[in-house]
Amino acid sequence: MLKLLQIELFKISKRPRTYIAFIAVAAIVSIFQFAFKVDGQSYMDLMLQNVKDTFTFDRVQAINGYFMCYIILNTLLIQVPILIALIAADSISGEANMGTLRLLISKPVSRTQIILVKFAAATVFTIFLLLWMAITALFVSLFIFGIGDMLIFRTKGDESQILLITRDDIMWRYYAAFAYATVALTVIAALSLLLSIFAENSIGPIIATVCIVIVCTIISNINVPIIDKNIKPFLFTSYLVGWKGFFYIGTDIDGKTIKGSLENWPAIRNSLFILIAHIFLLVTAAVMVFKKKDILS
Amino acid sequence: MALIIEVNHLSKKFNDIYAVNDLSFTVNQGDIYGFLGQNGAGKSTTIRMLLTLIQPTSGEINLFEKKLSTHRSQILQQIGAVIEKPDLYKYLSAYDNLSIFAKMSGIKVSKQLLMDQLQMVGLKERAKDYVRTFSQGMKQRLGIAVALVHNPALIILDEPTNGLDPQGIADMRNLILRLSREMGKTVLISSHILSEIELIANRMIIIHKGKKIVEGNVAELLDPAHTFIEIDTLNNTHSKQLLLQSKWAVFLQQHSGMQLMMNKTEVPLLINYLVAMGVQILSVNSSHSLENYFLSLTMQSRHVEAFAN
Repeated sequence: MLKLLQIELFKISKRPRTYIAFIAVAAIVSIFQFAFKVDGQSYMDLMLQNVKDTFTFDRVQAINGYFMCYIILNTLLIQVPILIALIAADSISGEANMGTLRLLISKPVSRTQIILVKFAAATVFTIFLLLWMAITALFVSLFIFGIGDMLIFRTKGDESQILLITRDDIMWRYYAAFAYATVALTVIAALSLLLSIFAENSIGPIIATVCIVIVCTIISNINVPIIDKNIKPFLFTSYLVGWKGFFYIGTDIDGKTIKGSLENWPAIRNSLFILIAHIFLLVTAAVMVFKKKDILS
Repeated sequence: MALIIEVNHLSKKFNDIYAVNDLSFTVNQGDIYGFLGQNGAGKSTTIRMLLTLIQPTSGEINLFEKKLSTHRSQILQQIGAVIEKPDLYKYLSAYDNLSIFAKMSGIKVSKQLLMDQLQMVGLKERAKDYVRTFSQGMKQRLGIAVALVHNPALIILDEPTNGLDPQGIADMRNLILRLSREMGKTVLISSHILSEIELIANRMIIIHKGKKIVEGNVAELLDPAHTFIEIDTLNNTHSKQLLLQSKWAVFLQQHSGMQLMMNKTEVPLLINYLVAMGVQILSVNSSHSLENYFLSLTMQSRHVEAFAN
């Protein structure tokens, strides 16, 4: 299996489209960093206009590397599924399109192994992409904007909240958030892989993945009780942004934040379980479908 | 002699249509086995079932005297195949393509082995070049190298001369003969260029609409008893009526004449018969090439259908 994974990663590394995702991430992050470096003050004024009489901040210090990374992830992690789909949706359909699938299957490797290796390779790609995001969005931002305490702007129910996380309580949250995001985006990889089995070129599965993510995200954001109860809990998109939970710090009775705490760890844990269950189901379905598929390409 | 391929009552149905219908054949060790049929006859479907690309609807495949469905990996280690076009990773070099598929075949790969293999197919100088820069012939040769790199006992070639120029076809023929004679490989080859099969195969099968029409030794099947005759007369319709009353059966009547299958020694008798019946013969051509044999057999079914209508 390890040898097969090495082969798969080698193939991915040699494809130009692999690097599109890395270039796109670097470009988007750079634009954010440039914009905030030039005019971050305006953004901060806008965010704090309702609470300027209640809290006092050093607004220049508020725009630091930690804050920047949070802002970037908030935007970027919604778009990253498309970048993941670029590679994962090509896994089987790309081989079918090139005609190499028949050669692959005529080798003494089981179809289950092929799917598992393709999935593992897509997961490795996801991990590398998130590592790249961590480097560009977190470490480069820390280098450019410096270190400081972190402000989290949040809407909870009908009220707006601002949470303050001290600088020595932030890094572990980012590690956990990136780990969570890896699991969440691996669901996208598994979905794309499943869809790629049905197609003979990668455009179809890429578009199908993006459409499913968009439709499910819209449903996840509709606030109707019947959907809240009966549909949302089963949609993976309801849990894609669960990484934010690591930045919702726990508070005491007086409303003071508790260092090292999480507001709702059980919710994060449940979200992770549900995402992992989605991965398991999607990969199992992919294996079952692929095992029975006649290779006619 | 060991049985390398044993196919028993193999069928494959797509929706309501049988692509392969109750097909049985055997390939012995050391055979160059020709697999013949027109487009859509079921050749590629059968080959894909031998390589586990397609699941049979019914029937059994045994390779190397083991059941394919239960010994898949073990069996596939001993098979090298080029299925239709030799499609490879265009964004990788010839060397990398060969290396990947060698590793997937479960062998220990060394640079020396890969370069030797590339040299064998005349691609050593292009080892580092991307496959996307290769001509069809070069891709075909690389496909052969991929099929042979793990030293398989059975080589399956599906239409291997497709897209090759005459020199490429001759090279392919020589390679197949070398594989069989010098290296003792068993080769199953399908092709539309039937004269190629005639030149290299020792046994063959002809299939039509998924069914076996004939299987046997090429030499026997090309026996003079199966000479293919084309006759053109001044009045072919009348001549055909006369022939239908005789012991010789007409396969097909065309504007240019009639086609018959008979023993070569009977040709003078046929001519005498027609002359005695007052038929004015314009031309008589005889041939026992595999291509005509193949055409005659497949046309026979058309003829039967035409007469039935």
